[in-house]
Amino acid sequence: MPAPGTRPALPSDDKRWRIVNGTIRRHGYARDALIETLHTVQQSFGYLDKESLKFVANSLRVSLSQAYGVATFYHFFSLKPPGKHTCLVCLGTACYIKGADQLIACAEETLHIDCGEATPDQNTSLLTARCIGSCSVAPVVVYDGELVGNEEAGQLQGRLQKWMGS
Amino acid sequence: MDGLMITVEDLDQIAESVRKQRQEARYEINVCVAAGCLSLHSDALMDALEKSAAGAGISCRVRGAGCMGLCSAGPLVSAEPGGLLYQKVKPENADALIRSLSGEHAPTLECSREQHFFKRQVNVVLENSGKIDPEKVDEYIAVDGYRALFRALTEMTPAEVVQEVSLSGLRGRGGAGYPTGLKWGTVAKAGGQTKYAICNADEGDPGAFMDRSVLESDPHRVLEGMTIAAYAVGASLGYIYVRAEYPLAVKRLEKAIRESRHLGFLGNQICGTTFNFDIELRIGAGAFVCGEETALIASIEGKRGTPHPRPPYPAQSGLWEMPTLINNVETYANVPPILRRGAAWYSAMGTAKTKGTKVFALSGRVKNTGLIEVPMGMTLREIVFDIGGGVPEGRKFKAVQTGGPSGGCIPEEYLDTHVDYESLKDVGSIMGSGGMIVIDDTSCMVNVARYFMEFCMTESCGKCIPCRAGTVQMHDILLRITRGLAGERDLALLTDLCDMVSATSLCGLGQAAPNPVISTLRYFKQEYLEHIHAKRCPAGECQMAVAAGARI
Repeated sequence: MPAPGTRPALPSDDKRWRIVNGTIRRHGYARDALIETLHTVQQSFGYLDKESLKFVANSLRVSLSQAYGVATFYHFFSLKPPGKHTCLVCLGTACYIKGADQLIACAEETLHIDCGEATPDQNTSLLTARCIGSCSVAPVVVYDGELVGNEEAGQLQGRLQKWMGS
Repeated sequence: MDGLMITVEDLDQIAESVRKQRQEARYEINVCVAAGCLSLHSDALMDALEKSAAGAGISCRVRGAGCMGLCSAGPLVSAEPGGLLYQKVKPENADALIRSLSGEHAPTLECSREQHFFKRQVNVVLENSGKIDPEKVDEYIAVDGYRALFRALTEMTPAEVVQEVSLSGLRGRGGAGYPTGLKWGTVAKAGGQTKYAICNADEGDPGAFMDRSVLESDPHRVLEGMTIAAYAVGASLGYIYVRAEYPLAVKRLEKAIRESRHLGFLGNQICGTTFNFDIELRIGAGAFVCGEETALIASIEGKRGTPHPRPPYPAQSGLWEMPTLINNVETYANVPPILRRGAAWYSAMGTAKTKGTKVFALSGRVKNTGLIEVPMGMTLREIVFDIGGGVPEGRKFKAVQTGGPSGGCIPEEYLDTHVDYESLKDVGSIMGSGGMIVIDDTSCMVNVARYFMEFCMTESCGKCIPCRAGTVQMHDILLRITRGLAGERDLALLTDLCDMVSATSLCGLGQAAPNPVISTLRYFKQEYLEHIHAKRCPAGECQMAVAAGARI
């Protein structure tokens, strides 16, 4: 840990670190800004790696184990780099009742991976969410941030195959 | 001073200018831009409508509005004057819709407001939803917004505000139903210089989206309710803890807080009084347990969201060990109308013990899915069959699930149960935050129980053993039942585990985790027995894996 009063240097001159540092500064280097800061890291880099966890922990003067503990506790944080595209299937109750498990099975079969994984070429990540609150148009899938309601297995397969070709 | 020093006259002036502005155009078209309709591209529809109106030379103002409720018929559009409602409007229908303004009928687009779905509802929390632009504070002011705050701050003492809320009979809408006035009174009486007010917008129950909709459609209402609460209990800083899964709600809240600060409804010397209060947003990171108040507080403090035993309750020792008020989004949203229209008006609605209205998110195997608000005391049958329109595709109703993973499944014979905290508890479920999922005969109830147990198992924070290990064991048994690999002994073990986990878990998540199992065992035991004895799933959903040598 750095001596009191000093701030750790940015890990590299990647501009995204300045965004992360901005969040830390805005919260006055307060320890309780850990989750907020990790959100900014994930937004900027797509995931949390060892280097970023070390930087955040040092900047906020929390132990690395606490930063790692928080990062692994919350489902929203990912320690693995995401694929170029992300396909997120909602597992909420309404989606489940309307056949989300068939969508998952279809996606796993099309991509030959399990939920939570990315294809070996890092093209597509298959993720699940507990409920994204769009239950009235269940089942719901989010493709690269775009929400699609009343999704069917055939359509899902088509979209994934289009990504695979790209 | 942070913002402007605004007076009641200024509010009148803002309201007047909004009215004038609305009269400038001949017609006003409101397009729903809440998440449901937005997923059906209602933003593109807005552009198409503007183009069509310009092309036809009709003076018309197209604007984005909040959720109009009937999400299954989205994207929804309403037109003023006249209040006509249009359903399933696509960009290619824009011309027809514009023509219908001048009298030409568009029968396929028109959506009757006379149907039960709308007629049976009473809107208090959702009164502005779909009628105002959620991103403009002026429009909220034009519908009497921030008047209640003014009244509270300038005409009432904090104790009088607490008294008024107590008299209204409002109870916590997060699910437990604790009397709101009582909670406020406890925090108000707690000693200490610094107090906090927290809004729980970590709507974690799968199948519940009331809070999302309120935040997306009428965010200022929540800010106003929270500020009034802060005044009543003496809090100086507030946090809204909102899920990261709701990016649109976060965006609208951020904007609402900025606008509110600018007008001096947040910050120092609010409404020209000596009261100071500000609100910060905290974004959750996807942990169901953070809906539990002590876990939520730990999360705001930047830690892992694990609960701790109560007492001490947050009212005595909460955030940073200071007295803290925690209420749910819908609870705060009820406060402004209570202060504006009086406790007597509010307590006239509902049943003897449960006053007011409740917002429900109706989804699953039901014709009309969407957001509804009904007076407490309505029966489940009225909600599912009159408002919801019943089960589609000629299937048979099996159960309605309320209360999420902490609730239960209510079968047809109890459909005449009145919706209030006590009655729902009597039939083995809970009010919960308001998710209501209709299940038909294509779903297996054992598998539904397994689904919820899987949820609790993955969402268990791991702090206490009964929940961490018990949910895994119960899920394992349920999984074996659905595969046809379980015996009678497993059923007895499952029942024992239900008792153990609910009696010995640390927080509400664990204590309530067995509820879906208990309620399905109570009403659908036959389905369990068929899986066990006949190795057959009556709904035809479960894949039986019984084979020679399979472990039983």
